Amino acid sequence: MAGEMTAPALETRGLSKSFGALSVASNIDFRLEQGARHALIGPNGAGKTSFVNLVTGALRASGGTIYLNGADITALGQAARVKRGLVRTFQINALFRRLCVLENVTLAVAERNGVGGDLLRPSGRYRAIIDEAYGLLETLGLADQALLPVNALAYGRQRLVEIAVALGLQPKVLLLDEPAAGIPSGESSVIISMIKRLSSDIALLIIEHDMDLVFRLARQITVLVQGRILVEGPPEAIAADPRVRDVYLGERERR
Amino acid sequence: MAAADARAAAIDAFARRHRFRALEAVPWLLALAAYGVFPGYLPLGAQILATILFVLSADLVLGYAGIVTLGHAAFFGTGAYTAGLLAANGWGEPLSGLVAAALIAGLVGFLSGLIILRTTGLALLMQTLVVATTLYEAANKAGRWTGGDDGLSGMVVWPIFGVFRFDMFGRAAYTYSLAVLFLGWLLARQIVHSPFGRSLTGARENTARMHAIGAPVAQRRLIIYTISAGLAGVSGALIAQTTSFVGLTSLSLERSGNALIMLIIGGVGRLYGAFIGVPLFMIAQDRFSKADPVYWYFWLGLLMVAVVIFARGGVLGIFERLWKWPGK
Repeated sequence: MAGEMTAPALETRGLSKSFGALSVASNIDFRLEQGARHALIGPNGAGKTSFVNLVTGALRASGGTIYLNGADITALGQAARVKRGLVRTFQINALFRRLCVLENVTLAVAERNGVGGDLLRPSGRYRAIIDEAYGLLETLGLADQALLPVNALAYGRQRLVEIAVALGLQPKVLLLDEPAAGIPSGESSVIISMIKRLSSDIALLIIEHDMDLVFRLARQITVLVQGRILVEGPPEAIAADPRVRDVYLGERERR
Repeated sequence: MAAADARAAAIDAFARRHRFRALEAVPWLLALAAYGVFPGYLPLGAQILATILFVLSADLVLGYAGIVTLGHAAFFGTGAYTAGLLAANGWGEPLSGLVAAALIAGLVGFLSGLIILRTTGLALLMQTLVVATTLYEAANKAGRWTGGDDGLSGMVVWPIFGVFRFDMFGRAAYTYSLAVLFLGWLLARQIVHSPFGRSLTGARENTARMHAIGAPVAQRRLIIYTISAGLAGVSGALIAQTTSFVGLTSLSLERSGNALIMLIIGGVGRLYGAFIGVPLFMIAQDRFSKADPVYWYFWLGLLMVAVVIFARGGVLGIFERLWKWPGK
């Protein structure tokens, strides 16, 4: 138990993945501390989303080891990692679009409680699960739209549902893949304040493009370039780092 | 206080979706009425009822689980030959024949699903076709037992419960098919509203997300594929027993394809699409083939084109647009 407390929430050692000659992750040593507010940034094609896919098990690593709270999870499948509290959201909404908002979250809560495979009782009989899902919607200010199909909601609201589904799994480690992607910057404050309110029991890794959002949320930043970690440190240090400037300015010039 | 009321109302509405609605009694009342109104059409009626069960089983995999298939006749035919071979070889007890058909067809569904459900989309579509074609050719080659091209005859089906004889007017066949369809529908309805059924719908809507919330998607797809195969097998056995004949067409691509057409006409993924699409299709088939023996398939095709262009979501889709259909 003591070991579990001191071990990082998530750790990768020598994590690598290549598709033929293309290397999307090479030898990544990464630590996400307990209760962290950590951002993973980098230019387009740096391998940020690939990193998420490797950690969650959607992609199989070519090499290296992944630890969750000190336990080796490299060999585990995606579902088993979720059961251990490793949860992600998606850069582009990955929701059950024609199902109502409440059902989107209910499906997640039901899986967490291990009743998703029950085929004999109507799902409506699981009152406690529906209650919990609705409670989540209330905290996120989505309750008034609970019975609307997700695809009837504005995109910004859908981004909130995206996170609500993840929270229904009671994550210990939450990987937010560009949580504010696709919504006007004026509306992103709703998302930011919601993320700020998340329990400090959850270790957060925010994969982001938007520097403004990163500097408002993160206490630690890792910069990924071409599948490698370029530099790591607190926001001030990263903002001042000339190599990071080069990467971002270089990219801007190429546009 | 208002928030608490809204909360209770929303949760209640959501939690009650599985309750029976008055509208759901309509198909059963119509089926019972048809027994009295069209006594001359009971043999056709029995076939329609059994085919509804077949299309309903296809709806479970296609409409709810999103597994596209062009080979569902594999299970229908397996069930038909199972019941047929039993009855032709000295065991004509119908109910145990249905159970045997469900088990064997379910087994074929499980074993083939184990292999082919690893793929999706077009590859999966082709593999379902391969499974059905393989069984078709196997039944064709095994002419010694199946009668091959000539079909399996010589079936002797015993009375139901040892009492109700299959009569030439189709009264027993109709009642028997109706009762079995009712039980099959109850099972399908139960599954669709269960957390298992909802999670299949979730996987249909977004497979990646279903994986990401920790659901064993492949395992659940295999389970529903097996159940659906078993139900399709029961449907095949019903038609075999009520017509005392099994032909190679029970395994044919035409039967698989027709099931899809009937489902699309009625409405996919709505549980009741089969109840509308099958009677429409089979009655149209019956009428058209009498009115125009040469070109009747053309009129059927025209009907299909009209549905696809003007009535997306099938006939039920039209109703849904006219007024909010409950229980989606």
